[in-house]
Amino acid sequence: MNVKVIVKGMAKGSILVAKNPLNFLGGIDKKTGIVHDKNHDLFGKSIGNKILAFPFGIGSSVGAYTIYSLKYNKCAPLAMICLKADLTTASGCAISNIPLVVANKNDYDSLEQDKEVVLDAVTGKIL
Amino acid sequence: MELTKEEEDALDGKQGETLALAYRTLVAIGEASGSDRLIPIEWAHLSGVNYNTIGDAGRDFLSHLSQDAKFKVKTTVNPMGFDFDSVSRYNLDDKFIENQRSIKNSYEKMGAIPSYSCIPYEIFDIPKQGTHVSFAESNAAIYANSFSGLKTNKEGAFSALASALTGKSPCSDLRDDKVRKPNLTIRMKVESPDELTYGMLGYFAGKVAGSSVALSGVNDLDRRSCKSLCAGMGTSGACGMFTFGEEEGEKIDFDKKEMQKIHDELNTSESGDLITLGSPQLGLDEIADLAGMLKGRSFKKRCMIFCPSAIKGQMRDLGYRKEIERAGGELLFDCCTCLSPLVDNKEVDSVTTNSVKGAYYLRTSNQVDVNLKSLKNIVAEETK
Repeated sequence: MNVKVIVKGMAKGSILVAKNPLNFLGGIDKKTGIVHDKNHDLFGKSIGNKILAFPFGIGSSVGAYTIYSLKYNKCAPLAMICLKADLTTASGCAISNIPLVVANKNDYDSLEQDKEVVLDAVTGKIL
Repeated sequence: MELTKEEEDALDGKQGETLALAYRTLVAIGEASGSDRLIPIEWAHLSGVNYNTIGDAGRDFLSHLSQDAKFKVKTTVNPMGFDFDSVSRYNLDDKFIENQRSIKNSYEKMGAIPSYSCIPYEIFDIPKQGTHVSFAESNAAIYANSFSGLKTNKEGAFSALASALTGKSPCSDLRDDKVRKPNLTIRMKVESPDELTYGMLGYFAGKVAGSSVALSGVNDLDRRSCKSLCAGMGTSGACGMFTFGEEEGEKIDFDKKEMQKIHDELNTSESGDLITLGSPQLGLDEIADLAGMLKGRSFKKRCMIFCPSAIKGQMRDLGYRKEIERAGGELLFDCCTCLSPLVDNKEVDSVTTNSVKGAYYLRTSNQVDVNLKSLKNIVAEETK
């Protein structure tokens, strides 16, 4: 699948797909990477060391620091796939060197939970 | 994205690592938002000041950055975790205080105006109509676009920081008049709304809207309701502005049923051990209004009231501070309800507030239950 590259890099791992948008500041524990918003479909799961797919980021702009903290605390996603890259997610990934790509709606909907993939955020491909 | 020679050089590190990092960030968000160039901005408002929100990672990042970085444009900052003038009255551990001091020093060393407020639109002079700014605080970005005649995207903490360091931002999304025109209208169908209703309308709108949304059936908003609407919208979504009146395109109703759904999501308790007012912080007219409502009454329980220190002198000189403190209100400056370390779930189980934004972060981050109530009802039921 071809994707648009926002932040360059390479990643290999399993995909974790979220149905709901993510509020990084309110929804994720920055020390563990565990989703602690009870109303989120990933509640209780860790986004650490996964290729995290979610529609887009919402809420507080400080979520960018949450992304940086996840990296600092070694529990950040390996890479992120979004439908629309909001500025909090894009700037958070840019500063934290986390590869970020945007997929179109059909491709995004075809992402399979737990599937092992290689994300090439240089040429813009998910294999 | 097309960069000028000077911008290319900065991106390549010819003007140092800090500017290279800032330009890398601007280019990434430019790509994300389909922008073709960078444009100058006149004012950056930064989030990521409270140690509770950015942690050790943010503290170290800013400390490192401040060794050689300087802000290029007017730069103001969001609230901190507490008020340095009154911190000794609270049971905060010394480590938290030292970490917060480090963050404060880093921002001030880079040239930030020490505003520590989430309502820059209320305490600073507003530049002329159509001026491009870069506001990270979500309620402030929405307010600036919708009421102050300014143009900003709903910036991320690092995109606004990159704008502060370079004086630039990608020309995209809400910087483009075509995107500012909404293609979705939400029809307000709830009668006799108060600021809590507007907070829930904002929270609903944020969930369904794209970059911009039109609101019809909304009249005579007072400042409290305006701010509540902006803060609710900023919490639930990615939407960065609204207009009034019906637009072409899709229409959705916000009725009692929709409001009840939002209320059920955010309201988790029938009462609170503590009251907090101020997310966003209260400005001078809200403080004047509150002092008037409290005449002859006293709070039955602890009530924390968050304000910017810019209004400290005026509220004292005009007698509002005396009146609010007489009623038992606890005034706090430079900080805010959201992720305040002063609301500790070891001490309180539940908090009463009129803020939808506060409710969301109190529940998810402070992990306390929330009782939502309008200010009018707080005064009627929680004071005597």
